[in-house]
Amino acid sequence: MRKILPILLVSALTLTAGLAQSHHHHDEHDGHDHSAHAHDTHDAHGCACHEHHDETFEPAATAFHHIGDANAFHFFGNIYIPLPCVLYAPQQGLSFFMSSKFGKMDAHGTAKTAVDRYVMVDGSVMRVNDTKFPAGEVAIECVNHKTTKVDGKDVDQFEVVYKGECYPLDKRSTLDGGVLGGGITSFYDFSITKNVFTMLLAFLLLFVLFRTAAKGYETRRGQAPKGIQSFLEPIFVFIRDEVAVPFLGHKYEKYLPFLMSIFFFILGLNLIGQIPFFPGSGNVTGNLAVTMALALFTFFVTNLSGNRHYWEHTLWMPGVPALLKVLILTPVEIMGLFIKPLTLMLRLFANITGGHIVMVIFVGLIFIFGQSGANLGGGMVGTLMAVPLTMFMMALELLVALVQAFVFCILTASYIGAAIEEPHHH
Amino acid sequence: MTGTLAAIGAGLAVIGAGIGIGNIGGKAMEAIARQPEAVGDIRSNMILMAALIEGAALIAILLSILLA
Repeated sequence: MRKILPILLVSALTLTAGLAQSHHHHDEHDGHDHSAHAHDTHDAHGCACHEHHDETFEPAATAFHHIGDANAFHFFGNIYIPLPCVLYAPQQGLSFFMSSKFGKMDAHGTAKTAVDRYVMVDGSVMRVNDTKFPAGEVAIECVNHKTTKVDGKDVDQFEVVYKGECYPLDKRSTLDGGVLGGGITSFYDFSITKNVFTMLLAFLLLFVLFRTAAKGYETRRGQAPKGIQSFLEPIFVFIRDEVAVPFLGHKYEKYLPFLMSIFFFILGLNLIGQIPFFPGSGNVTGNLAVTMALALFTFFVTNLSGNRHYWEHTLWMPGVPALLKVLILTPVEIMGLFIKPLTLMLRLFANITGGHIVMVIFVGLIFIFGQSGANLGGGMVGTLMAVPLTMFMMALELLVALVQAFVFCILTASYIGAAIEEPHHH
Repeated sequence: MTGTLAAIGAGLAVIGAGIGIGNIGGKAMEAIARQPEAVGDIRSNMILMAALIEGAALIAILLSILLA
């Protein structure tokens, strides 16, 4: 009986989940994605809200919405935890307020109040770049979303409807220079977003854990480790003995703090990202900007600690004909300097993002089978498939969280090791 | 159309990386079977090599995303 009980419990929960999503599909934000089709048939003078009809579930759009950053913490349904917004627009200066000022948000993360020309759309802040739009708190009618094709690529455009007029919305500025579809717009977002909050949480957690462990070494000098010490010490010693010492040799102590910070920070963020509800769920290491910052640290530490030998072998490899060096070897080596951090950045991003997308798609099976909650039997079959698949994926992602932190750390160590290697005298 | 081509490109990149990582994994298992005492060294080198191959595949996938 004791063996059957957990199985019964899981089955009951799955069936309840299947039933619940069928009955309350209007409250469930996974169920539908709004206004994904291009409607651009409004006349030039008036501007109306596009009616929201029940659309088919779009797995890719839902997945990207779920793994993205947001200016409020989504709890469930239409319940959000507000986060501070720090916004700067050159035209109107700095604005600072809690995201609860936008008013009640629906399950998609769109609110009905504009604050100082800022509007909350799909969980992120956007801005009306038009002085005709009043500043201060203003009730808006709705936000329209349309997809247009620019140079063969789908570009999302949002516009806010206020007193029968349409105002286009600007997304936040990004530093990608338009490569990934961003660029400098009319405002900058310095908010404590979901990702920033998660990073601060990881930072605080690691600080407390390691401070406790360090205190343990001071108070119980020479004794066996106790409590959290016993948990952290084997991981620490493993990274030191398997990563730092073999790659960095006798100079490993200088780089050990950096390697440990990188490893535990990435591991902490990966694991927090695995928790599907409030303190977790921030997909930080699946954000290109974060992994780029981490990779830049590696880039600077590697190249600033590179010795004469390293630069000689990078820029002017000895023992190779000059023509070959100028034509092939030096350009390739210089490209290699940048490709190393680029792959570090992409590897972590792609692995974590891939895992999260697969998980959202597996949960989305419920809605694919249930046709957005219209079909009770399909929803239940989908749930029965989704639960074991998601559990399997989560177990795999725990492994990936550890392996990716380890790989980032070991590659950083090998790059630094190559840069500080002493020449072999023959 | 370009999206389809990009998806095919990403798939081709994954085939290459899959063959490479499969070879590394297989050879590492053989090496461990031959010399079980060297399992630690073999494992960390295996992960390192797999990560380097993955890097090449990721650049291909990134290009296919950017050019899609």
